[in-house]
Amino acid sequence: MTGWLDALIQGVLLGGLYALFAAGLSLMFGVMRLVNLAHGDLIVLAAFTILVIAQKFGIDPFVAVLVALPILFVVGFLLQSVLLNRTLGRDLLPPLLVTFGLSIIIQNGLLQMFSADTQRLRSGAIETASIALGGGIAVGVVPLLTLLSAIGVIVMLNLIFYRTRIGRAFRATSDDPEVAQLMGIEVKRVFATAMGLAFVVIAIAALYLGLRANFDPTIGPARLLYAFEAVIIGGLGSFWGTLAGGIVLGLAQTIGARIDPEWQVLAGHVAFLVVLVIRPRGLFPRAQD
Amino acid sequence: MTPDAADKPTPSFRIERGGRAARLAAAGASVVLLALVLLPAFAGRNLIQDLIFLFYMLALAQCWNLLAGYAGLISVGQQAFVGLGGYLLFALTLVGGLDPLLAIPIAGAVSALLALPTALIVFRLRGAYFAIGTWVVAEVYRLVFAQIKPLGGGTGTSLPPAITSSMPAIEWVKVLFDVRTPAARDIVSYWVALALAAATLIFVYLILRSRRGLALGAIRDQELAASSLGVDIYRVKLAVYVATAAMTGMIGALIYLQKARISPDAAFSVLDWTAYVLFIVVIGGIGTMEGPVIGAIIFYLLQRYLADFGASYLILLGTLGILIMLFAPRGLWGLVADRYNLTLFPIRRRLILAAEDNGAGEV
Repeated sequence: MTGWLDALIQGVLLGGLYALFAAGLSLMFGVMRLVNLAHGDLIVLAAFTILVIAQKFGIDPFVAVLVALPILFVVGFLLQSVLLNRTLGRDLLPPLLVTFGLSIIIQNGLLQMFSADTQRLRSGAIETASIALGGGIAVGVVPLLTLLSAIGVIVMLNLIFYRTRIGRAFRATSDDPEVAQLMGIEVKRVFATAMGLAFVVIAIAALYLGLRANFDPTIGPARLLYAFEAVIIGGLGSFWGTLAGGIVLGLAQTIGARIDPEWQVLAGHVAFLVVLVIRPRGLFPRAQD
Repeated sequence: MTPDAADKPTPSFRIERGGRAARLAAAGASVVLLALVLLPAFAGRNLIQDLIFLFYMLALAQCWNLLAGYAGLISVGQQAFVGLGGYLLFALTLVGGLDPLLAIPIAGAVSALLALPTALIVFRLRGAYFAIGTWVVAEVYRLVFAQIKPLGGGTGTSLPPAITSSMPAIEWVKVLFDVRTPAARDIVSYWVALALAAATLIFVYLILRSRRGLALGAIRDQELAASSLGVDIYRVKLAVYVATAAMTGMIGALIYLQKARISPDAAFSVLDWTAYVLFIVVIGGIGTMEGPVIGAIIFYLLQRYLADFGASYLILLGTLGILIMLFAPRGLWGLVADRYNLTLFPIRRRLILAAEDNGAGEV
């Protein structure tokens, strides 16, 4: 019984990580209608960025991520304005193919620079610290921080979207880019800003990816699939839905792993397909698209 | 003759499909095909193996082009059916004891059967979401096959030479060309690959020339308009998805008969069976039949001369794909066809008005 309770708690905490992966993707879906096949690789790229900064200056990853945030914001802003803005339009193929190409370029670029060795972000005692909950159950401090950060990120995104000027511009361009443009919103700039913001979320996701487990240049696509599944399970257009989707996915994976360790990932995919069959628009749909 | 009949206007237009270029291309294609059939008589084993690779990439590219370029189903999960076909071949020959050449069509039929329920799930996702959904499905297939212990589980398994050499034609080829068993096996695989590539081309060509092909062209150009003209979009898309799954499954079976070694990670590899195929189609020209042919030849040359550079080669390929998509979205064939108004596969219909025989409106 304790074992199952433990699996449930760990599942929810793992869901926090998946919600962080998914929040950036959800933001891109929401504002640009962009389905970014390179999302997982961008998370891995951000993890390597944090790693390099931490090693170069000999600082803790939690500090390194603060240095990485503005850099990655600019990278995201430029990526959208130089490359991705050119792909948006009625045709579906250009954004898909360009981000797919980007995924391959990032993976192989990282392979060349860092080899296929597994890496990890080192942060001393906090990595193994845990809080005992009694009854033989303990939660790790890093997993707990992951979930709290995911909640924090989603609160922040909701505040930005519904309480600020740029958030209003995000929603307006998302509803109808042409009318938004007519109202004096510079759509391409808004998209670039949204991508910069998505990269900030990606950096936070990357921090916990690197702290919780090993990573190497090839693990991006699997993270993309988890992020995508969380977004679709939660329902398009709602950040809280994305958090719920992440938690459903995390639970499915830990429960699957509890039955047979080899079934962890498969159980997550199956949960996604089941949701798709029962509720094709996700658990908490908001957007019409 | 009544005055009425005299007033009846004579048809002042005709419908034309091909042109001189297309008739020349058909003649040229027959010569090339004949030469390719006879090639093993004087080509070395390396060239034969290279061409097998070219043929199955071409066949996969034609299938993906039909799916994405015409039916608008952009799938990044076709590796599901390549791997499925490969594993079915192994299961049917290793466990079922069937002849490999018989196992290939059965693998195709089973792939089609499994594609149907798969489609019912992934068709709930639209457009770009569909793309990632198909990828998830391919991962499910990979993880399920990794659990099947008789087929080697996660590490995979090999076909013993007894099976790969059991194809009936091998003895005959050995005598005819005076070669040893492995070379004879390559020659038989080469013919099967050539037949499959040619069959895929003919299959896609016939589909596109048919009534259903008109519907597909309409969907490609304007889905909403096609639907309002009475095209049952869902049914046409479902039919294309299942048909390409069957073809892809057969190609997968052939690929793994040739490789004689299978593992879940290789058989369901998104890079090998989807990324490369996608680049072939996009570089050559999506939504045309000529595009994948051009793309496959370019890809083969790149692979042959640059694949040793490993990661840099893949970076180059990714960059090339992005550049073509941004600056020549209709691919290399699109550039040529626009400039010289060429059609090699006459699948489009042109309206030729009698009054202005050269002012052709394309349909």
